[in-house]
Amino acid sequence: MTGMNDVTNLGQGRVAAEAGTMAGVEVSNLEQKVSIRDLKFYYGDSLALKSISLPLCAHKVTAFIGPSGCGKSTLLRVLNRMYDLYPNQRAEGEVILDGVNILRPEQDLNLLRARVGMVFQKPTPFPMSIHDNVAFGIKLYQKLPKAELRDRVEAALMQAALWGEVKDKLNASGLSLSGGQQQRLCIARTVALQPEVILLDEPCSALDPISTAKIEETIDELKENYTIAIVTHNLQQAARVSELTAFMYLGELIEFGVTAQIFTSPEKKQTQNYITGRFG
Amino acid sequence: MAIYDTRRRRSKFYIGLCFASVAIGLGWLAIILGTLLFEGFRNISPAVFTQMTPPPGSEGGLKNAIIGSLIMTVLGVAIGTPLGMLAGTYMAEYGRHSKLTIVVRFINDILLSAPSIIVGLFIYEVMVVKMGHFSALAGAMALAVIVVPVVVRTTEDMLLLVPDPLREAASALGLPRAIVIGKVAYRAARAGLITGVLLAIARISGETAPLLFTALNNQFFSTNLNAPMSSLPAVIFQFALSPYKEWQQLAWTGALLITLAVLVLSVTARVLQMGKPGK
Repeated sequence: MTGMNDVTNLGQGRVAAEAGTMAGVEVSNLEQKVSIRDLKFYYGDSLALKSISLPLCAHKVTAFIGPSGCGKSTLLRVLNRMYDLYPNQRAEGEVILDGVNILRPEQDLNLLRARVGMVFQKPTPFPMSIHDNVAFGIKLYQKLPKAELRDRVEAALMQAALWGEVKDKLNASGLSLSGGQQQRLCIARTVALQPEVILLDEPCSALDPISTAKIEETIDELKENYTIAIVTHNLQQAARVSELTAFMYLGELIEFGVTAQIFTSPEKKQTQNYITGRFG
Repeated sequence: MAIYDTRRRRSKFYIGLCFASVAIGLGWLAIILGTLLFEGFRNISPAVFTQMTPPPGSEGGLKNAIIGSLIMTVLGVAIGTPLGMLAGTYMAEYGRHSKLTIVVRFINDILLSAPSIIVGLFIYEVMVVKMGHFSALAGAMALAVIVVPVVVRTTEDMLLLVPDPLREAASALGLPRAIVIGKVAYRAARAGLITGVLLAIARISGETAPLLFTALNNQFFSTNLNAPMSSLPAVIFQFALSPYKEWQQLAWTGALLITLAVLVLSVTARVLQMGKPGK
């Protein structure tokens, strides 16, 4: 059975067992945090996602790979309904997060985005101090005493592997950090809200290899507590950080399965061509 | 080589023209500023700030005009800035894709370049005639009408300079739209927004026409908003046209004060903007 067939069975809430194993673990036994069902996405009249179905498994990293324009980022932006900021963009289908369809019109977007955090391609620190960058989101949802707030900020910066570099200059501007540090600040800002799902949209594409390695370490630690989806153009990165991989092409999900299998013995010819660098 | 030589000669000729144009432009400015500084400083004294505008033929100061200008400028900015900021925020943040924004922007641009005397006449019709008398409040309203389009324009422009990824990042944290704008976008555009207000102040502090029909003038000290009020531009206008030496002299001094104030505001605005536009 192929990856495509697996995802058609998602209505039953399980990934088909044929998808393969991961260090001896059946994918079908994994807990599904998010389940995307028959998702179509439109920019105006043009169809950007053609009926996508796949799950995001809890405490696992799912990598989305594929050539530019294949819809990976679009898919990610559906998961926190980022597209709602723009007119003329709409999604059809279902995205079930813990049993609730987040695409339903009455979904509270702010609460959704607090649960589904996102880190963008370019680092986007807010024009305020390092401390405030992280504390900003927390303060919006919780009234904490100063000391406790500081602890939360410290914990978040620790999780993002940035604490050691900034602990002596928390009042410096977030913009004064290097690109890699800024990106980890953005990750800290996201985890500070204690979301359940973290979406990473090419988080390392603007960074040097050392910063990239640090962020990958961070991702590795974060998956203990979060469900993670990462879009990346870097196949080695996908192989390094993810347990599950989805290959997309021209708005379609071509293959989804255990990373090791996708990279060593993909079922589909297109996947194989992409992974071996023959196109895309 | 003939072609090359011709080209060199032509280049020199046009560069010469460029320098000449600059010299003419700057030359006039230097003459104007020089005369102003010379005439203005010749008679500047503490009396200018402590005494009232005098009757013809006697010594005096500009205290009532300075205070009047300050009151009406502050009031005009206080009324016009929030309106302009809110409108500009709507255009850049909420209504970026709406037809209303395009219409408002077009009308705002017309208002921006409207002769200020028309603004004065408008306020004269809707306030002075209805109230039955000239008043400082009407003057402040006329100035506010001039402030609004300047602030609308700079607010919209500066907010549009704030990169969208920053808004997306803030929204992705689950921040409501109002907080994204108020705490992130405004903060990122802060230097530009302040610049806009400073430029608006600079613009209205020299306006004469709209005040002539609204606040009129007052040769006595008055802080009553419901009565005519003196202002520097109006006093300059009146005194400069008069045949009296002392009055003409005070007009020069007044002109110098306004110019210096505008200069300081413009330089401050420029420095702020150089700091970081929309970063």
